[in-house]
Amino acid sequence: MEFLTAHGADLLFYLFAALAVAGALGVVTLRNPMYGAVSLLLTFLSVAALFLLRHAEFLGIVQIFVYGGGIMVLFLFVIMLVNLHRLPAVNLFSGSTPFAALFAVALLAFFGYFIVHLSFDPALTRPEVFTMVRGENLGNSQAVAWSLYTTHLLPFEIASVFLLIAMIGAVVLGRRQ
Amino acid sequence: MLYVTTTHYLALSFLLFTIGIFGIVARKNMITVLMSIELVLNSVNLNLIAFSYQLSDLTGQIFSIFTITVAAGEAAVGLGILIALFRLRETTTLDNASELRG
Repeated sequence: MEFLTAHGADLLFYLFAALAVAGALGVVTLRNPMYGAVSLLLTFLSVAALFLLRHAEFLGIVQIFVYGGGIMVLFLFVIMLVNLHRLPAVNLFSGSTPFAALFAVALLAFFGYFIVHLSFDPALTRPEVFTMVRGENLGNSQAVAWSLYTTHLLPFEIASVFLLIAMIGAVVLGRRQ
Repeated sequence: MLYVTTTHYLALSFLLFTIGIFGIVARKNMITVLMSIELVLNSVNLNLIAFSYQLSDLTGQIFSIFTITVAAGEAAVGLGILIALFRLRETTTLDNASELRG
């Protein structure tokens, strides 16, 4: 029990990290895109939990809303819309699979080199940074909102224009000729 | 070793990134390719959050919000292209979209 209270967050990290990797492998390997989408949902929710473990509470909820809700529904809707009854029985992967595997191994070796050789100082554990608004301890949502609407107002507005353009583009692309 | 540090988050993020890249390059189905792209963007978010915590700086979280915004827009447009491709070719296999090949 003492072990659990001392290492609970760390154990949760390993649990959700394993779930995230399992989900990602499912996306890449499963034949049916429908199963792949559900597998992707597992990864999204696990990553949301990992956000929560790093004091990003607002982002964790946004991850569940936007990815788990919006993007996942979009994917499932499109999978159901297009006719996938005639799934190819063989040839799940394209001809570039050996090249892709080689590339992935090279990437892993490259990243692994960094993982082995990089060492960070212990994290600056000042979680109050994520909740403070002008000296008041309000909460993560308020802190993110304050930062978005003051320091990062211009990128925020540009993001809204970007979303408008993306919406118009999606409507035009999906329109029946 | 048990204590989770930024390095652990980086390792997980690299792993998800590599799996996503492999899916983008190797798979034939456009839906799966789009899902792999979402995986890659998610791994980047994980990286940003890990460093946000490491440096006790809120900016990483703000940047993640913009990454999620771009991911949402990308998914909408990508799936729109997929629908258009399906109308044209009755398939979602990328190898069949070879009209421009010489």
